[in-house]
Amino acid sequence: MSVWERSSTARVIAPARPRKLAKVPFVELADGRLQGVVSSGSDIERVYVSSVAAGTYAYACSTNNNRPCGGARGSFCNHIRALIDDAVLQYGAERVARYLRVEVADGEPSAQSIGAAMSATSPPQGDIRAAAAVFSRFLRHLAYLELAPSTAPLPEMQWFPPTRPVS
Amino acid sequence: MRADLLGGTIAGLDDALAAVDAFDRVLVAGLLRPQPAQAAGLARLARAVAGTPLASPVAEAAGKAAAGAAGEDHFAALAAARTALLGSVHDALMTQVAEATGRPCREEPGTAPCRRQPANVLAAARSWLSDLARSGWRGLDTDVVSGSAQIISAMLPDPALRRLAVLLDGFAAELAASCPGAALERIPARRWADLWSRAMLLTLPGAAGAPVTGTATGRLLPLGIDLQEHPTAVQAQVHAVFEPADGTGLRLVRASVSVPKPDTVIGAGVWQLLRPHMSLLAAASQGRSMDLACMPVTAEGDLIWSDDHARRGEPADPFATARVVLPTAADAATAPLDRHPARIAVPVFVAGYAVGKDDDAVVFTVAGRPLAVDTGRIPAAGPLTPEAVAVSGACIGLLRWDAGSFSVQPLAVQTTGRKGAVAVHAGGWAGGTTDKAAVKAENAATDATSVLRERAGRLLRK
Repeated sequence: MSVWERSSTARVIAPARPRKLAKVPFVELADGRLQGVVSSGSDIERVYVSSVAAGTYAYACSTNNNRPCGGARGSFCNHIRALIDDAVLQYGAERVARYLRVEVADGEPSAQSIGAAMSATSPPQGDIRAAAAVFSRFLRHLAYLELAPSTAPLPEMQWFPPTRPVS
Repeated sequence: MRADLLGGTIAGLDDALAAVDAFDRVLVAGLLRPQPAQAAGLARLARAVAGTPLASPVAEAAGKAAAGAAGEDHFAALAAARTALLGSVHDALMTQVAEATGRPCREEPGTAPCRRQPANVLAAARSWLSDLARSGWRGLDTDVVSGSAQIISAMLPDPALRRLAVLLDGFAAELAASCPGAALERIPARRWADLWSRAMLLTLPGAAGAPVTGTATGRLLPLGIDLQEHPTAVQAQVHAVFEPADGTGLRLVRASVSVPKPDTVIGAGVWQLLRPHMSLLAAASQGRSMDLACMPVTAEGDLIWSDDHARRGEPADPFATARVVLPTAADAATAPLDRHPARIAVPVFVAGYAVGKDDDAVVFTVAGRPLAVDTGRIPAAGPLTPEAVAVSGACIGLLRWDAGSFSVQPLAVQTTGRKGAVAVHAGGWAGGTTDKAAVKAENAATDATSVLRERAGRLLRK
């Protein structure tokens, strides 16, 4: 086995990169989907719940009032594009492409090439009922803001050293 | 520190690690349909603990697992065997470390009486970990991994379950990011088996107990701050020398503060989550001591910090503490179940070295002997950089051991320039800073939490 394979502190996840949350407050790769919550560009009151399924690229986008997004008919809407952009910012293009099972024709994947490769397959419109699941994942994410700090030691954190981002 | 004493071979170490590796390869393929190679790996683990009290349950577990019929108790027995082997490796390494530091070690803490923990969620965790062992790292898929989400959500709010919850959360995030397992180019076999075994043992009643065994009254002299983080949790540990007011011997202690976090709060932004809960962070980053009165402390030397039991003390230069006081302080002993090479983090002071490079890695040459420097463990959330380490002349660090060798993780370095000695600390921003990049990161974290709350409000109103 290599040194990396025999290391207790081998780095597996690249460090998250900073991104602004105003446009896309929540994005994640989970439940077999790229999914998240996207702010409306025009209405401060409105947020969209958007998702793209891995493999089929079936997409869905609806408002917080459960109305289907007008832009998500026949092709990806701007919210889904924003979701892809921010997923690439946060997780890196390689991980997003691998999760969605997107093959990018030439060279390194990017938000643009991942979006284009998925669009080129004329993906089907997904079920907007997925919004409820995405929303509950968002609530789970928010729960992290409310958890109490502790001064009891967590010895297992020794396995999680910080990772310096590659500059 | 006598770094030259760290190079010697340890009898039996390679054998113990070979048995660990054999078991780790078993988990790579999984135990749903075990092959002869896996049966051999399991037998190797069982042989390694023959003649110990674990012999019989582990032999039975290895047999059942090799037949593809292991239950949860069998998996727990295998995790225990692996943990015992690494515990022995830990002890052998610590004997060498004690020779190198020349410091006394405190008596071993006894086994811990347990705190009451809800049994059902622990059983759910054990069941998920058993599923993982069956699918193996090669068989990972999003369905197996997502089975952990509800368990983790249920555990995180309960302080008695925080250790296991935070471990499972970080582990599951790595597994999720690595799906599907069949497509992985390489697998962190030692690491994932470590995390799996630890989690398995923490699901057993009493394993996570770290009882308070006394109180500390006296002066606390900080050495440095170690930061640990995964996407949804962060912990800062202050390593310090404690000088009891009653004149008894100096001892090394730690003070920890941790908090779960959203994965968008990163870099220097994490300090604001920790800072309000431990005044010691500010004191340590300002180079001050603190006076403790009746601070609860465990047998392992972990202070269970509460600001009510501490007040700001006189300035105390960590480098003076490291030079003068550290050599006479006693190291804390590690609780039996926590003994593992990855747990080794021993404060050391190194000076008078030459800095060289081995490929990209920084190496100190101390008294003619090389000592690897783990610059990868320096957090981005602080002013210390690998470049500063490379021009330094003295270093406060944590001695660690991983993948077969010792290294020192710098907590602070001293460089001598035209203006005299200048110190840079990894935890320099813990108490706050005016550094432009750090202020920007802190503001970004503040924005992130307020945006999340506001957007959630829009959704929740409906």
